[in-house]
Amino acid sequence: MADRDAFQQFLLRMGDNTLVLGHRVSEWCGHAPVLEEDIALANTALDLIGQTQMWLGLAAEVQSEGKSADDLAFLRDVWDFRNVLLVEMPNGDFGQTIMRQFLFDAWHSIMLTRLRSSSDARVAAIAEKASKEVTYHLERSGDTVVGLGDGTEESHQRMQAALEYLWPYVGEMFASDAVDAAMASEGIAPDPASMRADYDDLIGRILSAATLTLPDARFARKGGRDGRMHTEHLGHLLTQMQWLPRAYPGASW
Amino acid sequence: MAQPSTDQVWDWLDAVPDPEIPVISVVDLGIVRDVAWAGDTLTVTVTPTYSGCPATSVIAMDIETALRDHGVRQLELKTQIAPAWTTDWLSTKGRKKLEEYGIAPPNPAGGPKHCPRCGSASVEKVSQFGSTPCKAHWRCTDCLEPFDYFKCI
Repeated sequence: MADRDAFQQFLLRMGDNTLVLGHRVSEWCGHAPVLEEDIALANTALDLIGQTQMWLGLAAEVQSEGKSADDLAFLRDVWDFRNVLLVEMPNGDFGQTIMRQFLFDAWHSIMLTRLRSSSDARVAAIAEKASKEVTYHLERSGDTVVGLGDGTEESHQRMQAALEYLWPYVGEMFASDAVDAAMASEGIAPDPASMRADYDDLIGRILSAATLTLPDARFARKGGRDGRMHTEHLGHLLTQMQWLPRAYPGASW
Repeated sequence: MAQPSTDQVWDWLDAVPDPEIPVISVVDLGIVRDVAWAGDTLTVTVTPTYSGCPATSVIAMDIETALRDHGVRQLELKTQIAPAWTTDWLSTKGRKKLEEYGIAPPNPAGGPKHCPRCGSASVEKVSQFGSTPCKAHWRCTDCLEPFDYFKCI
């Protein structure tokens, strides 16, 4: 694989993760259980979509086919998306949304910290900017996981169910392939497998404070970050997210 | 017209209000990173506060409108993301104005020093997020008023 192609794939993975999760979280806007949570979720979504503009903007620049970040976000179909399956999973109840956010934020914060010393100055600059926002996201999702996990019997049971439902999607974030090997050898990005120990430490600490039990199984569902097989949920998400620019090409306001 | 000095341009920019918190200017906010002339073209470099802040594009438009109103013909607005914006760049004047307006200024300790309304140090966090990406929601346990806190990043 040519290095430019690998770099492009890496950037799509970063940008598609934040795009798809940003869209998912924005689905809560106007529906959250209390006003403060509604605002918090909307702000988190906004940060993620802002980060998407930077990652996909750079992906489009590297691709140099005259496309924009918007073209990449709105005019690709399911098989061209490179996000991990975890972020396309449906919101479920509030607990499941928060658990998904926590499992992603923990990975995201470790990844961005490593990327701050990327050999590519543009990647390092985006990571520096995004990591400030993500540190804040992790603080909030971690606190909320503890609050709900170590909360009432009902909230505890829902958080444990969310953890068990989402756990099989965690492993994909640490599965290395040829793209990762190319990025690691050029010092652009870390080998994801090398982040697993830090991740297990971090989530172990918080889940234990939340009185939640980590499932034993290490089976991992994969297929998102290489585009081989997304879940059926992504297609439904894209029909919502993409319909306007597809129905009215070039629309602006 | 003669080319205005960069000091003059900074003064003009200091009169452009932040669209969300109009009591402070875009210069107070610390997002104008550079003003320079390249021949006949004025280059203004701006950095975003939060990467998804919807005010960013409005700010760019307000800066452009203000400078054109002052007679600047050739203008280039540049966006720069590194070094990343930090609340350390808020001006002293801006911090004072925020407080007078009822928004507690950022504090490295991680929360407001005191209630911007009554000055009491008995304050508690309501939510980590507030009405804009740059603020969190707090309340005073003495005067019982809720208030915004400008997050420290």
